Amino acid sequence: VTRFPVLRWAVLPLALLAAATVVVTRSGLVEYLRRGVPPVEELSFERVTLEPGRILVDIVNGGPDAVLVAQVLVDEAYWQFTMTPDRSVPRLGRASIEIPYPWVKDEPHQVTLLSSTGITFSHEIPVATPTPQVGPRFFWVFALIGLSVGVIPVAIGLLWYPMLRRLDRRWVDFALAITIGLLVFLGADALHEGFEAAAGVAGAYQGTLLVVLGAVGAVLLLQMAAGSRLKKGGAEERQAIAFLIALGIGLHNLGEGLAIGAAYSLGEATLGAFLMIGFMLHNTTEGLGIVAPIAQDRPRIRTLVNLGLIAGLPTILGAWLGGMAYSPMWATFFLALGAGAIAQVVIAIYRVLSRSAGGQLLEPLTAGGVLAGMLVMYATGLMVA
Amino acid sequence: MDRDRRLSRRELLKRGAAGAAGVAGLTVLGDSAGATMHAARGEPSAMNGAHSMAGVVGSVSSDGFDPQAFLEHFDWGAESRLPSGQTLREYDIHAVDREIEVAPGVLFPAWTFNGQVPGPTIRAREGDRVRARFRNMGTHAHSLHFHGFHPADMDGSLEPVPPGGEFVYEFDAEPAGLHLYHCHVMPLKKHLHKGLYGAFIVDPPTPRPPAREMVMVMNGFDTNFDGENEVYAVNTVAFAYHHRPIEVRKGELQRIYLVNALEFDLVNSLHLHGNFFHVFRTGTSLSPHEFTDTIMMCQGERHVIEFSYRHTGPFMFHAHQSEFAELGWMGLFNVVERTV
Repeated sequence: VTRFPVLRWAVLPLALLAAATVVVTRSGLVEYLRRGVPPVEELSFERVTLEPGRILVDIVNGGPDAVLVAQVLVDEAYWQFTMTPDRSVPRLGRASIEIPYPWVKDEPHQVTLLSSTGITFSHEIPVATPTPQVGPRFFWVFALIGLSVGVIPVAIGLLWYPMLRRLDRRWVDFALAITIGLLVFLGADALHEGFEAAAGVAGAYQGTLLVVLGAVGAVLLLQMAAGSRLKKGGAEERQAIAFLIALGIGLHNLGEGLAIGAAYSLGEATLGAFLMIGFMLHNTTEGLGIVAPIAQDRPRIRTLVNLGLIAGLPTILGAWLGGMAYSPMWATFFLALGAGAIAQVVIAIYRVLSRSAGGQLLEPLTAGGVLAGMLVMYATGLMVA
Repeated sequence: MDRDRRLSRRELLKRGAAGAAGVAGLTVLGDSAGATMHAARGEPSAMNGAHSMAGVVGSVSSDGFDPQAFLEHFDWGAESRLPSGQTLREYDIHAVDREIEVAPGVLFPAWTFNGQVPGPTIRAREGDRVRARFRNMGTHAHSLHFHGFHPADMDGSLEPVPPGGEFVYEFDAEPAGLHLYHCHVMPLKKHLHKGLYGAFIVDPPTPRPPAREMVMVMNGFDTNFDGENEVYAVNTVAFAYHHRPIEVRKGELQRIYLVNALEFDLVNSLHLHGNFFHVFRTGTSLSPHEFTDTIMMCQGERHVIEFSYRHTGPFMFHAHQSEFAELGWMGLFNVVERTV
């Protein structure tokens, strides 16, 4: 009996809102404001695939109005094309364009779409190379890349564990502080890259807010999921933190993997094999960060292996996903998740650290450790450059 | 852009990854990159076939401006005789805003003379009295500015005609030659590239030899208003004469009144395939200045060119700026046997 009034009071504002919407749309106010103004058109390039004699383009309409693609240009020349499902792309709609074009290997190309109102949308292919076809070789190559960039460096970093175990308690805290530094650096990087990827997200999908949603969402969800373990204290809490660090780093590496795959799917792949070594150095420090919380415990080998896999394997997964179906939206979202997960784990480590160091973040050894962690990441980052 | 110059961590990752893929492909998998190369070489038709796929898709709707009709249409005006015995030619020209189709499916919000771009080709004989009644039915001030001899108050450059206004331009048609008329209201670039221009032909007292005559106004359209043309053409519609070639009889003298009304780009040109032509610069002399197959023209420059074909078949004509040609300024003459 009491439920009906509650429901009624819940529905009433919604009903009024619906009525108000009808009044606004029927009153001609919208038409009045739009009178004589050309439609707002926006098309984003989701994916560009290069095959011998063909360029395939996937687009999404993130603007408020439908867009009619009237003509297609490649390198400032009108070119034949076919478009599915239709030349007219509705709001939030997608379409694929096939252009039979004799593109030149290792040279840049530009694809431009000309709408019926004369607006142009361009995409630059910096260096044209055939897009790898999805198949056994594709999975194998990208798995190898993920292994080299993600899994192996993290595993090597984990091998600092025996050293950490022999350290004095004060220096373990120092190592934890270093971990905080590493994570702050990675978190900032994920956030920065997330916002950068957000710029490529079709307008209606609100890239910037997607970053906020992903990051804050990750913090809250992880806190909810791991909250009870984190309050228990002792070895269980420390192990939970280690897994959270691995997860955070894993999500960050997933974002990196997506970028690797995306480099191919957007036709942006260029050569530079020596940079791999820089990345291996860079990512090795991630392993150190994972084992630092459990240095005083005696984790089983299996635990260490699991930690390494959680942190490293997502690189492979990301590379596959990015190579097969990259979209700026997913890249943004995963990078944001990584940033949030890292923020959450920084909070968790700080709690542990503040307990053992008497709550003094600005104690010289702790502050120095955080700074050292950031400096290490910066320095190894320089090697990448 | 700034972003391109800066190498972010992720940017480098991509490169590193690409490098790794290359290394992995070559060392671990044997010949991944090579396999793709081979595939490309193994299917030459894929690449070669794509070479002939240039041009626009679809065709311009037929209910608007017809480039074929415009090509050979000359507006001689309403002819009468003044008491002095001088021939009077009266023209009605109005400016009106109109959306025009400049390439299949691509609409351009133009400012037009008599609803078309280029405006009607105005033609008179040297010494005729020209009386052009101009009505401005557009949304901005416009004017008619003719090239040629005329009094200062007939110049159309210092007295804009407001929307709804009217002005009668009157002067004697001279000198003989191929001239231009256009709106001369500031901002000039805007008024010109929006479409307010046309050819003004003054025939010499001694007529030119009989020929098949055509008007070609080379123009372009900046559809996204970024100061560069997206569409180039003769007589407005990209590839119009490429899709519907102009039929020409072998051996017959062809005369083109060629006008460059292009904005933004400094020069334009015409190149004829399988042929050479005589150039009568600005059409002011009856003896040719040059015999060539390519002529370069600055903004506002005009020439009369004459030629005839020795061979039958399709022959291209286009701007020799490849960029302009591929953006629409390309056409075909289809030369056929002369039937008696």
